[in-house]
Amino acid sequence: MNINWFQKQPKGSDEVSLTMNISADLQSLFTWNTKQVFIFVAAEYETRKNSLNQVSLWDAIIPAKERAKFWIRSSNKYRFVDHGKNLRGKEFNLTLHWHVMPKTGKMFADKIVMSGYSLPEEYI
Amino acid sequence: MGWVEENMKPTHIRQILSQAISLGMVISSALIIWKGLICITGSESPVVVVLSGSMEPGFKRGDILFLYMNKDPIRAGQIVVFNDGRDVPIVHRVIEVHEQRDSKEADILTKGDANLDDDRMLYTSSNRWLQQKYIMGRAVGFLPYVGWLTIIMTDKPIIKCFRFILLPYILLGALGLLVITSKE
Repeated sequence: MNINWFQKQPKGSDEVSLTMNISADLQSLFTWNTKQVFIFVAAEYETRKNSLNQVSLWDAIIPAKERAKFWIRSSNKYRFVDHGKNLRGKEFNLTLHWHVMPKTGKMFADKIVMSGYSLPEEYI
Repeated sequence: MGWVEENMKPTHIRQILSQAISLGMVISSALIIWKGLICITGSESPVVVVLSGSMEPGFKRGDILFLYMNKDPIRAGQIVVFNDGRDVPIVHRVIEVHEQRDSKEADILTKGDANLDDDRMLYTSSNRWLQQKYIMGRAVGFLPYVGWLTIIMTDKPIIKCFRFILLPYILLGALGLLVITSKE
């Protein structure tokens, strides 16, 4: 599972636009009781005022095992806007979450965290 | 045959009393289970019915959701039920969290899976963010279709009236069954 990114365009509050390549194989999550798997990618970062910021960038629904292995290239579906102007040079993690929704019963979710991403020091 | 009928009366009264007690026990057990669920799940409404299609295809109208609430912080991806002073609570997914360092208060943004837009337009008093205190629980489990009974009763007023008429008959029917099947 890997994600890359490219652009950044802020105005007013800091805002980032980025492009991601996502490849994933989630076939092992599907059982007889799985109705769908909801996946999303979120950026996580700290600011001076906030100990945690999580912003969902992209999500999708995987309705069946056959579609659970995929590669997609997309810009962020949801706007990545900060609560202020804190994003210059900001280090952040990208997390891929998956939420398994059953036909009946208990739901469960998990994620992987990819750290080490950072935004440019200057606006582009 | 007068003396036979005289002897029947006290037995008859005892039978009715014991059946009334059984019925009372059934109702009390149901109440105990319900209150226990509220206590265990930490949520005022441990079970809710999905009323709209905004979380499809994961949840459909008529599905039942089991909720659980604890002091764990709200995080992106969780499906939460919230009520910020509206008629009907909403079940949507958290897509943004901004948690403050010192107060640990968090600004939260939610969105229905099937909706194009986030819920910002829905929040009461033109709030831009949802506060943690409005969240009643997190959805942890799910049963399809079973909630349709509640929806039918609230959507169609005629059936709502009928349930008051039907209920005594159902109760009488249950009592009748108890009479037939009781040992005495």
